Amino acid sequence: MVKMEVHDLNLWYGSFHALKDINMKVYKHKVTAFIGPSGCGKSTLIRCLNRMNDLISNVHVEGRVLLDDKNIYDKDIDVVNLRKRVGMVFQKPNPFPMSIHENITYGPKLHGKKKGLDELVEEKLKDAALWSEVKDILGQNAMDLSGGQQQRLCIARCLAVEPDVILFDEPCSALDPISTGKIEDLINELKRHYTIVIVTHNMQQAARISDYTGYFYLGELKEFNKTKKIFTNPDNPETERYITGKFG
Amino acid sequence: MDRYTKQTIMKGVLWASALITISFLVIIIGFIVYKGAPAISWEFLTEAPRRSGRLGGIFPAIVGTIYLAGLAVLVATPIGVGGALFLTEFSKESKFTRFIRFGADTLNGVPSIIFGLFGFAFLVYYMGFGISILSGGLTLAFMILPTVFRTAEEAIRAVPRWDKEGSYALGATKLQTIWHVVLPQSISGIVTGIILGLGRAAGETAPIIFTAAILNPVLPGSIMQPTMALPAHLYTLTSEGISMQNAFGTALVLIVMVLVFNLLVSLIRKKKALRR
Repeated sequence: MVKMEVHDLNLWYGSFHALKDINMKVYKHKVTAFIGPSGCGKSTLIRCLNRMNDLISNVHVEGRVLLDDKNIYDKDIDVVNLRKRVGMVFQKPNPFPMSIHENITYGPKLHGKKKGLDELVEEKLKDAALWSEVKDILGQNAMDLSGGQQQRLCIARCLAVEPDVILFDEPCSALDPISTGKIEDLINELKRHYTIVIVTHNMQQAARISDYTGYFYLGELKEFNKTKKIFTNPDNPETERYITGKFG
Repeated sequence: MDRYTKQTIMKGVLWASALITISFLVIIIGFIVYKGAPAISWEFLTEAPRRSGRLGGIFPAIVGTIYLAGLAVLVATPIGVGGALFLTEFSKESKFTRFIRFGADTLNGVPSIIFGLFGFAFLVYYMGFGISILSGGLTLAFMILPTVFRTAEEAIRAVPRWDKEGSYALGATKLQTIWHVVLPQSISGIVTGIILGLGRAAGETAPIIFTAAILNPVLPGSIMQPTMALPAHLYTLTSEGISMQNAFGTALVLIVMVLVFNLLVSLIRKKKALRR
């Protein structure tokens, strides 16, 4: 089942054409990975899926991005509500300089939730595989956690607003291999309930955790296919050169 | 002379420059304490002046200075912080924003006597506020506005982009993000600007001598009345040759007030540096 669809998407930063005629689908309860060398547009595209690029000045977008068949770039779309449905986890773990508890309840409180916050904190921290490590220090400042814990806290914080889709923008690039492994296991677990899109520098990571993979180069989506196919028998010879490490 | 000797000499010169800077502070404060301390007494701090300040105390001037500087900060803070928020969060970098910033910096460079003249012509006469706390406080507010505005802008701009993005990504509106993420993280910088403004407003003479300050031994009943103020009182005591000892006593009280504000600023900065 298709959750999100990108149609003829073009994006410019000023006069720089950063995304060129992108067409692809994001399947429900699957993990979709974007790979490609730095500056190829993969992060730019993922930031189009929750309109995070709106925050950057001088960005111009053309084309359509459908979420459950509704174009999120339509004029009547409530961007705040969109970002509630399409959550995001960033490259650098960015918990707020507040307590662990407050980090989780930040989103739900914004949306008016007042009761059952403690239960929610426990549930979401369990979902993010962090509960056992922090259950006794919920009042402590989140900045005191390790990088890997901070990133799982950010995932829990994202889950707390109950999104349909979670976007991961290179979530492990600042983490050590053990923390990375934990995040990967978590993503595997989360895809049962959420649709996941992940940008990664690490091809092995894409191969390990994703069901679909898109290969980007210089703003173009060179190939979009099932991950198995991309890594064993890609249609595009350029993809093969990249995944076999001949360049990039 | 070999290059090591040159370096040693250079180091000595630079050390002397640093020493001279701090010694000015020490000498000025030491001198004022030395000359002013004999004037300080409980009576001096709590009583009204008698015989034009030759006798009695400076209590109305202390109160007046607090009123004036307080009103200035009360007016300048919302405008300055609001303007800073607009520039950082609600507008894209453009000719207009550069113009506003240039305007604020220029305003900061305007001599304080010009503010005084403007306050006199515009507030006292044209607006009809008369010589009053209102006129003086507003004049001081105009004067410290650029300080509050620019410090707040720097503080808000220093909030990392990823913290704001984290908030937006959870479905926060701009206002919610400002309230819960931007302001809590920039508040110490903003307060620093406010206290710097407070210190400056308390110490300036030129903006208030035409707009608010008189020699009047009674406490003002409302902000529509004139008031005594420490810097203006100091000016009168000295220029009229009324009492040099009381002038130094007034100077001491004023400088202690301003030093306390500066101390507060460095305390806040230290506390801020401890976080994160």
